[in-house]
Amino acid sequence: MSDLSDLGDRLRPALRWETGLALVVVIIGIVGASVSSEFFTGNNIFNLGLSNGEIAIMTLPMTLIIISGEIDLSVASILGMSSALLGFLWARHWPMLGIFVLVAVVGLAAGAVNGLLVTRLGLPSLAVTIGTLAVYRGIATILLGPNTVANFPTAYTNLGVNAVPFTGNDITYSTAIFVVLAVIFGIVLHATPFGRSVYAMGASTEAAQFAGIRVKRIKTVLFMTSGLVCALAGVLLTFRLNTAVQNNGLGLELDVVAIVLLGGVSIFGGKGTIVGVVLGVLAFAGIQNALFLTNFNQEAAGIVTGGLLLLSVFGRNAASFSSRLRAWLPAGRRGRGPESPAGGPPPAAVTPP
Amino acid sequence: MKLRQTAGLAVPLVIVSILLAACSSSGSSSTAATSSSPAASSSGSATPSAGAALKTGLKVFVIPKNLGNNYFTTADSAKTGGAIAALDTLGETGTETSGTAATPASQIPAIQAAVSKGANILLVSATDPTALCPTLNAAMKRGITVVTYDSDAPGCRDLFVNQASTAEIGTSEVDVLAKQLNDTGDIAIVSATASATNQNAWIGYMKQELTKYPKMKLVATVYGNDDPTTATQVTQGLLEQYPNLKGIISPTTVGIAAAAAVLDTSKYRGKIALTGLGTPDSLKKYVSDGTIKEFVLWKPNDLGYLAAYAAVNFASGKLDGSQGQTFTAGKLGSYTVGADKTILLGPPFTFNAGNINQFNF
Amino acid sequence: MSTTVVSRSERPPAPAGTGARRLTERVFRIRESGIIVVLVVFVAVTASIQPRFLNITNIQFILVNTTVFALLALGETMVVISRNYDLSVGSVLGLSAYLSASLFGPHHGIPIALVFLAGLGIGLACGVANGIMVAGGQVPSLVVTLATLYIFRGVDILIVGGKEVVANSLPSAFLNIPKATVFGIPILAIVIAVVIAIGAYYLRSFRSGRELYAIGSNPEAARLAGIHVGRRVFMAFAVSGAIAGVAGVLWAAQYGTVDSTAGTGYELQVISAVVVGGVAIFGGSGSAVGAALGALLLNTISSALYVLGISPFWDQAIWGFLLILAVALDHFITVRLTAALRLRGARHE
Repeated sequence: MSDLSDLGDRLRPALRWETGLALVVVIIGIVGASVSSEFFTGNNIFNLGLSNGEIAIMTLPMTLIIISGEIDLSVASILGMSSALLGFLWARHWPMLGIFVLVAVVGLAAGAVNGLLVTRLGLPSLAVTIGTLAVYRGIATILLGPNTVANFPTAYTNLGVNAVPFTGNDITYSTAIFVVLAVIFGIVLHATPFGRSVYAMGASTEAAQFAGIRVKRIKTVLFMTSGLVCALAGVLLTFRLNTAVQNNGLGLELDVVAIVLLGGVSIFGGKGTIVGVVLGVLAFAGIQNALFLTNFNQEAAGIVTGGLLLLSVFGRNAASFSSRLRAWLPAGRRGRGPESPAGGPPPAAVTPP
Repeated sequence: MKLRQTAGLAVPLVIVSILLAACSSSGSSSTAATSSSPAASSSGSATPSAGAALKTGLKVFVIPKNLGNNYFTTADSAKTGGAIAALDTLGETGTETSGTAATPASQIPAIQAAVSKGANILLVSATDPTALCPTLNAAMKRGITVVTYDSDAPGCRDLFVNQASTAEIGTSEVDVLAKQLNDTGDIAIVSATASATNQNAWIGYMKQELTKYPKMKLVATVYGNDDPTTATQVTQGLLEQYPNLKGIISPTTVGIAAAAAVLDTSKYRGKIALTGLGTPDSLKKYVSDGTIKEFVLWKPNDLGYLAAYAAVNFASGKLDGSQGQTFTAGKLGSYTVGADKTILLGPPFTFNAGNINQFNF
Repeated sequence: MSTTVVSRSERPPAPAGTGARRLTERVFRIRESGIIVVLVVFVAVTASIQPRFLNITNIQFILVNTTVFALLALGETMVVISRNYDLSVGSVLGLSAYLSASLFGPHHGIPIALVFLAGLGIGLACGVANGIMVAGGQVPSLVVTLATLYIFRGVDILIVGGKEVVANSLPSAFLNIPKATVFGIPILAIVIAVVIAIGAYYLRSFRSGRELYAIGSNPEAARLAGIHVGRRVFMAFAVSGAIAGVAGVLWAAQYGTVDSTAGTGYELQVISAVVVGGVAIFGGSGSAVGAALGALLLNTISSALYVLGISPFWDQAIWGFLLILAVALDHFITVRLTAALRLRGARHE
């Protein structure tokens, strides 16, 4: 079946990185456990889930967006905006159920705006989502101003800090949601025509369009899904901290992108797996946690994350790196045939609007 | 090709692992402590027994709002005579840890990690009055002593060690400014983040004290977010928006340093009075050239020192937070617990050109 | 008809080329002047509501606040034109600010020029690291500079810890750099304006500068045309780093107190300024002058909000909206321009 062999072709180069990453995760686990007996305790896993749950959840739709050839830098701002909206409405005595509905709708709308700007107006998603990053964070700031809302009922804040019942004491709600979503996104990406279309448009937007794939519609759906999921993450974060404030989630977008890239997803689109991203989440969280537990300077967590990120691009290019270096030195003048473009993501489709 | 790629992958992997291993060995010295009493058995709520000796070998984690902040480094470190110096004297192991952004999301993982590592005592300067509560309450339930210092999380701690009476900090700032302005003029406040517990509490008292000076008016409160660029911009904005501005109070060390840099020109020096809370080192220049006449603070190292003593006394069962209990805090002398389980370090200290050079923090 | 063929071959070569270039340059001029028009209109409207906005002090504030960002925008423009991104500029600025400003403490009397050189050197080292990885490794700059953003900041925090450089340790001459004025205009702003003009001239008129545009427009074609893509890209990153290093020293002079958080979050602001200033996010077009004007516009808006009494909470939403507007406008211009060029090319066949 061509579908399966396509799957195999797509997965094979990715699998090499995934195995390497799995090895890294195992090493982190070993090092972590050796320096601190606390590493593999249920309590620690629980705390890990708490601190990283929202970021982990946001990586899933980001994966699909990047594979499709776009990027969404407004994720943390959608999270912040939904947190601010939650606080704003709660302070005005809206019923919680109504708040949930409105927050979900606003998340979808925010994603839809991103999607429309990218697909209908044909604007580059990198620039557009930097803009919406500011607009949505600005809306969060306008909604709450300098105020904090912190009187959410315990029934809900428990969602943020308690374990899921019947699973022992170690699984947070955000972890459970992450696992469920990871399975869903994984199935959609790897085993449905929708997922195949996402890969196809990442590899070549034009070819995908000629193949009859509704590129614009699918991309808009991806952005809207991201908006909805980030709104959910915003609600979870607000309950975990029992605080709605305008700077919730500030700066998280870079962490989310870093984890997705760490998971082996190519910034150019067309390549990557959910498995890789899940491993990336484990690596990222594991490192931060191992550093905390060993009292090593927490700031170094950034260095290790950055180092792993470099690994994720160089590891795959390791063989070609040395030949590139040789070509680049003065001895080699002419190019060596088709190579990847010098730098950022490929341009948006050059189809007329 | 395959082999080379795997090899290419292996080298960086090895480097990362070596890095992690090296880091752990360098950082673990402070936690490879003497045997400490397990968290469960440290008495959190026993009745105070004046005769009992203070416990030793306790694992104490000092968790400021953020790392990389000079004020907290002074309050916490052994070198400056802060919290960890006190802990060393008492025979406990003290470690400073926190996140790098002064937000609850950044501070909570540090608290949780401390709990995971078997902390007996947590000394916390709260980034937010409520966001830390679930985590702190969970810690107290496990028998860990939770003492807040510098910035409180009311209701979620065993003790709060306050640098000076909240009211006194607020009122003294206004009084200092009033003296310089002859009780007349428009003033503004450049604060930190909009949600900071301590600044908001002090501002509340400032507003109250202002009612004593009917000819002084608070025209604006702006937020510098403890970021120099933002603090500079909001200060400049004040200068442009209120041409009759006569004074600025900035109750945050980052804010006052930024505002001083803006006012440090012949145009504003002496025409607009600036005061607030600042560290002597960062403001020496501005005091010597007259941009700031007087400012207020306390000694952060004493604050940390006192917090450490209070916490160890609590963990050893000699205090339970009831009003009126007393204890001795090493070289600082004797202290009494006040209302709401709060211990006051003392009155705020006023720095000016006459005394500033005696201090080095 | 034979006569037609003969006359056609006798036509001067590629008038379409010159005409196309003139059209393109005209469009860029319009785009640049477009920003100036927006700036002027904005200032005029604000000043009419609140004349204090045009206070000489306020103008000085805005100009001085913009200098650091304008410098960063210059470096970022070079990188973005070549279809790359440098996300590490904020971290490089922070590292350079602390390391160079801390030289004054233990070395009293060190010449200020030397400190600037040190900052430039630190920034250059970071830029070279970026350049080697991007150009030599043929890896996407977005990922590389995202990683170095983390790494450089981490190194900064490790080095600085809880320390800070205080104003008291800096010589007055250094702290006066942002404050010195001539006829009311800050000297610093003039110097930076000159630097930007030089940068823009270089990009337009020197072959290596123009090659950056070619690389950004079509890397494949540039390579096949014999352009040393790797070397040019490396240079762009090295220069961007060096500029960020100098910006760091200026930052220290402006704020007087430097700790490990200096420059955090600047990268997205710089990219926004650059995009608002007309530099295409996928490279190939734009100018340093436009980018500097973009930085000026964003700073002016911030200041205007305070002066107008609009809650500064609207600041972010407004600059985000402007960014989207600028991107849409540029996209529209590019599409129309491409169509016009194609039409022109077809007409000359």
